[in-house]
Amino acid sequence: MSLLAIHGVNKRFGGLRALNDVNLSIKQGSVHAIIGPNGAGKSTLLNCLVGRIKPDEGRVDFDGRSLLGLEPQAINQAGVARVFQTPEIFPDLSVMENVMMPAFASKDGAFRIGLWRRVADRRDVEAEAEEILHDLNLWDQRDHHAGSMSRGDKRRLELAMCLVQHPRLLLLDEPTAGMSRADTNNTIDLLKKIAARGITKVIIEHDMHVVFSLADRVSVMAQGTVIAEGTPAEIKNDPRVQEAYLGGAHL
Amino acid sequence: MSTVTARPGPKRELLTLAIFALAILTMPIWLAPIGAGYPDILQKFAIFGIFAIGFNILFGFAGYLSFGHAAFLGAGSYAAVWAFKLFSLNAVFAIVFAIAVAGIFSLVIGYVSLRRSGIYFSILTLAFAQMSYNLAYSVLTPITNGETGLQLSGGDPRVLDRALFVTTSRLQPPDLFGIALQGWSGFYFCAVLLVIAFYVSMRIRHSAFGLTLLAIKSNQRRMGFTGFSAKPYLLTAFVISGMYAGLAGALLATTDPLAGADRMQWTASGEVVLMTILGGVGTLLGPVIGAALIKYLEQIFSSFNEALLHRTFDFLPGAADDVVTAIFAPFVGEGWQLTLGLMFMAIVIFLPGGIMEGVRRIAGASRRQRTGSSAAAREVGRRIPAE
Amino acid sequence: MDALILQVLNGLDKGGAYALIALGLTLIFGTLGVVNFAHGALFMLGAFCSVSFAKLLTISERVRDESVTFFEAYKEVPYLEIWWGETGKSIVDWAVPLSLLLTVPVMLLVGVAMERGLIRFFYKRSHAEQILVTFGLAIVLQEIVKSFFGANPIPLAAPAALSGSADIGSLVGLHGISYPLWRMIYFVFSLGVIGAVFAFLQLTTFGMVVRAGMADRETVGLLGINIGRRFTVVFGIAAVVAGLAGSMYTPILSPNYHLGMDFLVLSFVVVVVGGMGSLGGAVVAGFLLGILQSFASMTQVKAIIPGIDQIIIYLVAVVILLALPRGLMGRRGVMEA
Repeated sequence: MSLLAIHGVNKRFGGLRALNDVNLSIKQGSVHAIIGPNGAGKSTLLNCLVGRIKPDEGRVDFDGRSLLGLEPQAINQAGVARVFQTPEIFPDLSVMENVMMPAFASKDGAFRIGLWRRVADRRDVEAEAEEILHDLNLWDQRDHHAGSMSRGDKRRLELAMCLVQHPRLLLLDEPTAGMSRADTNNTIDLLKKIAARGITKVIIEHDMHVVFSLADRVSVMAQGTVIAEGTPAEIKNDPRVQEAYLGGAHL
Repeated sequence: MSTVTARPGPKRELLTLAIFALAILTMPIWLAPIGAGYPDILQKFAIFGIFAIGFNILFGFAGYLSFGHAAFLGAGSYAAVWAFKLFSLNAVFAIVFAIAVAGIFSLVIGYVSLRRSGIYFSILTLAFAQMSYNLAYSVLTPITNGETGLQLSGGDPRVLDRALFVTTSRLQPPDLFGIALQGWSGFYFCAVLLVIAFYVSMRIRHSAFGLTLLAIKSNQRRMGFTGFSAKPYLLTAFVISGMYAGLAGALLATTDPLAGADRMQWTASGEVVLMTILGGVGTLLGPVIGAALIKYLEQIFSSFNEALLHRTFDFLPGAADDVVTAIFAPFVGEGWQLTLGLMFMAIVIFLPGGIMEGVRRIAGASRRQRTGSSAAAREVGRRIPAE
Repeated sequence: MDALILQVLNGLDKGGAYALIALGLTLIFGTLGVVNFAHGALFMLGAFCSVSFAKLLTISERVRDESVTFFEAYKEVPYLEIWWGETGKSIVDWAVPLSLLLTVPVMLLVGVAMERGLIRFFYKRSHAEQILVTFGLAIVLQEIVKSFFGANPIPLAAPAALSGSADIGSLVGLHGISYPLWRMIYFVFSLGVIGAVFAFLQLTTFGMVVRAGMADRETVGLLGINIGRRFTVVFGIAAVVAGLAGSMYTPILSPNYHLGMDFLVLSFVVVVVGGMGSLGGAVVAGFLLGILQSFASMTQVKAIIPGIDQIIIYLVAVVILLALPRGLMGRRGVMEA
């Protein structure tokens, strides 16, 4: 069963062909990695999925429903959450409030005039936020100012903000970019831990170590198109991939 | 690590409300020693406090700087005077009518202005306010009575009063079910509404809606990807703050039944911005303090003149008296606007967080001295709405 | 047809003033990244430079009025007239154009002092704070002027030779279009100043750096070019341009202390319509809106839409902002919000 189906997506920026007939099918419950050299179109593809960019042609269906033309909030409400390459959090709010916001969104919808009811009376939302903070080891920092956290913690916070919504599809844009080896390993452990929840994940990554530790399936993009797809083991030995990445040198 | 209670419950709210109400209602006593213990000025404190609280919901919580809020104040005043003329001299009816009119007016202007953000939003609101102001002076004269201003007159229909056989004399001021709203009763009427307005703004601040506004201010880009439509939240905040302005405008008309277009001028919009930042943007109490302080200083400074200055400084020897008087003279009387401008600059330059920020810094410094812990230091910088 | 041409002409002088103020606003906004709500006040200060200059020239002595014989009458005669006779008289008559000699140095000084003393501390602060502090400064400046010159408008006359009307219609073969000469001079003058600013930006190295800075501030900063000093100069130039615009406008509109506020709001609208950060856009939009405003004040137009003359500019701004978020000539990526 495929949860997300991408058919023949094209996107041009002026003369540049950023996406060229991309076809991709993401299985329900799988962890699907998209790899490829810089400028291969990975982030553009992700932006098409969350409504930041509208493709020129093609279809993007999520659970049988088209995502094209939807506003970002509608896509999120449909069950797609995204972790950005540079952490996008609410720097002026506390850590707890950062996690409560998305919980409100998934419980109350995109807009609800709750002028009177106190946040403090929303035990349902608080309980969910608390649980996620415990899970991601952020509980001790719950009352800190999110803007003053370290970059790694901000990333973890953003992950918590996505998970609290119980998304059906989680998009991760280079979750370990700029991290030390130790932090990367921690993140891998964390992602493995949340893999147990059965959330379908799409990971964009440069780091092969991360990809091969997490992914069930791997798609390789180069010059705006998918050039290969398979299990990590298959991809590792695919000469086309080595060609695209390293110009023939062994991976 | 010290923690921040960002989600206060009902007990804390009630305590805050009780202290606030007590402080406001006893203003005639504790403000008497500084010469502000008379109803006219206290009434102004309350009315402009309401205006600033409402403005703060938009600017302080959601971070949208409107330069056109005086338009809603003016619209509220006009609506209230019309309600007095057409329906009834009872203030309750006029206030409800004014809030409704200001609400609809701000819904239209907000809907258009909120299609942009940042300085474009500020300029759009400014443009709308200027349009309202210019129209009030020209084409809309049948409604606004132009430069003379809209007034009550003996020939007003007052259909409700007539239908209910309430006899109103020709030039009687508005009342509240027969209680005259002049002098002290006028002040207490405004003060009770101020307390209610404060409580409503506190509930909004502590609601999911309020948290959403703060989140929009913090990172609007993230809102869509978090599943929120920011626009309707902003529009609701805009309309609420417009209704607050309408209420304030109605109260101005109730205590003095005259509405003029100068209430809509953009300098009036600037004044409410100053009140809010002087007190502390985003705090609950700040706007009230800011509004009272500006109105108090306005009263003091504009009532001074050179002769009064001479009398104030006559303890100094002859020449020094003249020099000091000459130094102060440009800032008082007619020069009050100059003082206002200087104050405006000084606050933005040195204390952008306003008085509440200053209080917090002092409190933070003394707490650090007492406990000697540096852990609290990190929390001081955070702008938590003070209760 | 004649009426239409006349309306276009009527809009040109006002359009010139809008264009000059908007040009400075855009220059400051584009290079320094500062939203200057005190720019209208600079226009007003320029106008009062002319007022002061005229006052200076007409410092007078009370002398016996010989023409009155049957009682002792006195009249005020400017010293210039006493000293230099007819030459002195014509210097007094030409006070407004000559006042530019005072306006330029004074406005340069004001601009530099303002940038060094206040604006530079606000480069890194939010637009809201910039708006607020310059708004405060605008109030302070206009109140200072009010305390020196009073609240009433002060009329200044254009030189007698230039104060009549010219039958400029005959130049293009139409008759009966007479147009105040000074307004035409103002239009030509504003074109000259605009031309000078553009030439400065296009032809000098300094101007090149400024233009590069408007295109990409960060990169220019990285090139190791001393931006700080250039910012001061840019601000000074913008202040002088606004001052010149105000100075020459005095015979058209008698200046009062809140002149600046009136022009500021309109000029911001001009900047927005032209497109934030586009110098050409500011100029084009300035003239366009000036002309549009003059059309809107035609009685025929007012008969159809009453009050349109009062709100036309704001209305245009709203429509442009909503339909063309970047204005007429704004570039992509400049101050999008």
